[in-house]
Amino acid sequence: MPAALDILSILLILANLCLLGSSRLATCIRAVALQAVILGAAALIANRGELDARVIVIAVASTLIKAGALPWLLRRAIRESGAVREVEPFIGFTASLLWGVGLLGACLLIGARLSPHAAQGSGLLLTVALFTTATGLMVIVSRRKAVTQVLGYLAMENGIYAFGMAFAIQEPLLVEMGVLLDVFVAVFVMGIAINNISREFDHIDTDRLTALKD
Amino acid sequence: MTTASVSNVLLALLLAPLLSGVINRVKAVFAGRTGQPLLQPYHDLAKLLRKGAVYSRTTSWVFRLGPVAGLAAAAACLTILPIGGVPAPLAFPGDLLLLAYLMGLMRFVTITAALDTGSAFEGMGASREAWYSMLAEPALILGLAALAVHTRSVSLSGMLDGLARGELAGPGGPLLVLVAGAFAIVLLAENARIPVDDPTTHLELTMIHEVMVLDHGGVDFGFIQYAAGLKLWVFSGLLTGVLLPPLTGWWPLDCAVGIALILAVAAAVGVVESVMARLKLARVPQLLVAASVLSVLALALVLR
Amino acid sequence: MLWLLLLIPTAAGFAAMGLRNPAALRRTLLPAAAAAHTALTAMCWAVRPEPVLNGWLGLDELSLLVLSITSGLFLAAAIYATGYLRREPPRKTDFQDGGLFTDAPEARFVACLLLFLATMTLVTLSRHLGLLWVGVEATTLASAPLIYFHRHHRSLEATWKYLLICSVGIALALQGNFFLAVAAKGSREVHLTVEHLQAHAGQLDPVWLKAAFLFLLVGYGTKMGLAPMHTWLPDAHSEAPSVVSALLSGALLNCAFLGILRVHALMGAAGLGEFSGQLLTGFGLLSMAVAAVFIIEQADYKRLLAYSSVEHMGILALGAGVGGLAGMGAMLHMVNHSLAKGMLFLLAGNILAVYRTKTALQVRGLLQTLPVTGPLWVAGFLAIAGSPPFGLFVSELVILKGALQQGQTAVAIGYLLLLGVAFAAMARIVLRMAYGSPAGIAVDPERSRGAWAVVPPMALGAAVLALGLCLPEWLQSALTEAAAAAGVR
Repeated sequence: MPAALDILSILLILANLCLLGSSRLATCIRAVALQAVILGAAALIANRGELDARVIVIAVASTLIKAGALPWLLRRAIRESGAVREVEPFIGFTASLLWGVGLLGACLLIGARLSPHAAQGSGLLLTVALFTTATGLMVIVSRRKAVTQVLGYLAMENGIYAFGMAFAIQEPLLVEMGVLLDVFVAVFVMGIAINNISREFDHIDTDRLTALKD
Repeated sequence: MTTASVSNVLLALLLAPLLSGVINRVKAVFAGRTGQPLLQPYHDLAKLLRKGAVYSRTTSWVFRLGPVAGLAAAAACLTILPIGGVPAPLAFPGDLLLLAYLMGLMRFVTITAALDTGSAFEGMGASREAWYSMLAEPALILGLAALAVHTRSVSLSGMLDGLARGELAGPGGPLLVLVAGAFAIVLLAENARIPVDDPTTHLELTMIHEVMVLDHGGVDFGFIQYAAGLKLWVFSGLLTGVLLPPLTGWWPLDCAVGIALILAVAAAVGVVESVMARLKLARVPQLLVAASVLSVLALALVLR
Repeated sequence: MLWLLLLIPTAAGFAAMGLRNPAALRRTLLPAAAAAHTALTAMCWAVRPEPVLNGWLGLDELSLLVLSITSGLFLAAAIYATGYLRREPPRKTDFQDGGLFTDAPEARFVACLLLFLATMTLVTLSRHLGLLWVGVEATTLASAPLIYFHRHHRSLEATWKYLLICSVGIALALQGNFFLAVAAKGSREVHLTVEHLQAHAGQLDPVWLKAAFLFLLVGYGTKMGLAPMHTWLPDAHSEAPSVVSALLSGALLNCAFLGILRVHALMGAAGLGEFSGQLLTGFGLLSMAVAAVFIIEQADYKRLLAYSSVEHMGILALGAGVGGLAGMGAMLHMVNHSLAKGMLFLLAGNILAVYRTKTALQVRGLLQTLPVTGPLWVAGFLAIAGSPPFGLFVSELVILKGALQQGQTAVAIGYLLLLGVAFAAMARIVLRMAYGSPAGIAVDPERSRGAWAVVPPMALGAAVLALGLCLPEWLQSALTEAAAAAGVR
């Protein structure tokens, strides 16, 4: 059986490429939810030896929130804003995919240099964590709609969480819960802001928000 | 050059038209019709070979070379394609590039024959075919490269032979799945199947492959149909070789299983054609780039 | 004691959310909670409380300083806000495009203000870097609804920019936290508390530590307003109500600076102080340069104040980066800047209410129209621009002296040059607003009549003046100790 972590890492790469190359908002939301599920499973598998309450609680809570509650919030925001369900990027999807492959190559190189420090067997996970963060940043920068920017932020958070997992960093329960709560409230507030934006402007294209400038 | 490999080639030559019959039958079943008989393509070929041909005065020898050279290239591919774990009769190190180039040659003569007619429709189809094939080629070659690095062999026979039994569930499993995915998309693109091209459309503006061969008739068209069948056989053989390495050591059983799998791939193509709609022409490059990305990912994984 | 500091604003915030009517009760809740918080903070100066929660929450000299600034400024802002909320009509006309807009529910505003205070307190109190991160992100979330108090499209745009840019920046800071954890992996049982890290500073992997500092600097620097991550600052500060702008500029930016200083202290303890110092100085100079450029010919006077905040954050970073005497100057500058900027923003609120325009060119004759606000406005400008006898002159001079003492002459020259440019540009705009005749401009002086509108800014201005005239001994020692705790001595 190939290392389960390796399979999860490859699935994570495919989810990221899906996020970069898909033109439908629903698919992008599902891709980010899939990232959260994969990371929850990876958290459980990586700590296979020492499964205690803390690990289980964090893995289950983060999966439920990031793969259940947050996509639901975003879907509700899209539905109530009545926005067009297409992504509308600045650079085309083909170009996005190719940039994604370039980023993956760069992350592979960086990951190869950093992997001696990583926990046992998570060399690929480290690469994928960096790739996920980079994908999140790329999505924020190259997409127009406010919802995709929130998705990019979520992908960044997922990538950073995976990075912590790759190095087997054990943050105290309070801090983990605090981070999770912060992300949840952040997406909640962003969802409300998106609703307000769509009501005020009749669109949710952030590149058309240009009233304030010098 | 063993009996096994020669019999593989002969069986391929014999059974290639059956593939399109299987596809048509599956589509008919999905549509609730009875459909053509399975052996209808043979009857069509026989009919076409008996017909004469009319050649336009604007065409030249290039036009007449197209079908013949295409058939020759496709048939030549058979000699380097292994099926069921039996090495191909003319296998040699590096023959995977020869495969890619023979396919390229077939495409090239078809395109030039189409351009030679001087008709607008053929030219349009030719340009589309050239663009899509250019995008599909990295997917094929990089996928083959990933396999080559993984099995440490640059011969197709060596590669597909080098895949261990049960590799799919082993450490190389994800790699094979990615390569198979890329090859599946390339198969659909190269053989002009939905979602890339609709072989049953009758509107020239929506055709890609069909419109290139619009002006061929009679024996030439028969050659083209047969060569298309051989091409589908070759790609299906490649796909099944990646997915299912030889099971037992006894070559008749392995070859039979291999051929059955190729027919199963044809049936799968029929299913895909029935359940999916054709993609917008502007979306096809995205699909092909996605296939290339899968191949690149496989290569990156194996080089890591 | 520490729990009380956190719980009082939190409880008051939730209570305010629940108290729909009567409004008067809610409006007294705000200054009452602020006064209680300030009283508790003053008590902490007398008797330093013990750390709680396994050493995760505690007060050292630096955090006590930042907490005091926050608490004092919040008290002044709370008093101002009480009168402001009483005066604001429910439906207003947007003066820029004439559309009608409403305000957010007042309960939400007061609740978010108090929660904002609670989260800022959490940032100052936390000694665990992970908890610090949670607090900084929480301040972003608590202050976003505050910016969207006036419900029109420009403030919504500013809120979105603020939310997204700060969240992304703070996510990068989380990555920096993880780098820090990896740096500490070698030694066993290293937690991310300030004490533990300082004690084991020598055993931390230097490469990972440098990467961690870089990410944390960029991440918390986004929140602090260092260029080039400052792009949210002018929009958010100009569109938010003046009370909120005062708090953002005077309190929030300091809390973000606190986060950076914690890591800078760690770098110093690990022997990499020069690396982090150079980075801080670089970012500081860049912020001052960018701010100076945008202050020239700035049309909107609230944006002018926002860019001035960017400039002063640059000065703080520069002082911390140079170290030595300049570090102590940076601590003094933190205090002075918060007081002066808070005063200016509150006064800007008065001007906005009376003149109904944010364009500086359309405001003239302040000294004649508003007999108290006008002179205070000029005084505030003199304070923020660094002219004597106000406190900022002293702190900027100390930073300059420190830079020259450390041998960083080029930095000192750049610093002086940019200060001069900013001074000249700001003077032109502010003095044009103050002098001249207000003939032909529609003003409504009733809108800012009342003690609530002038007493808080006057108190803040008096404090800055006092600090400029004499620096008491206990304050000087407190500042020196704070600078030592920040690793900038």
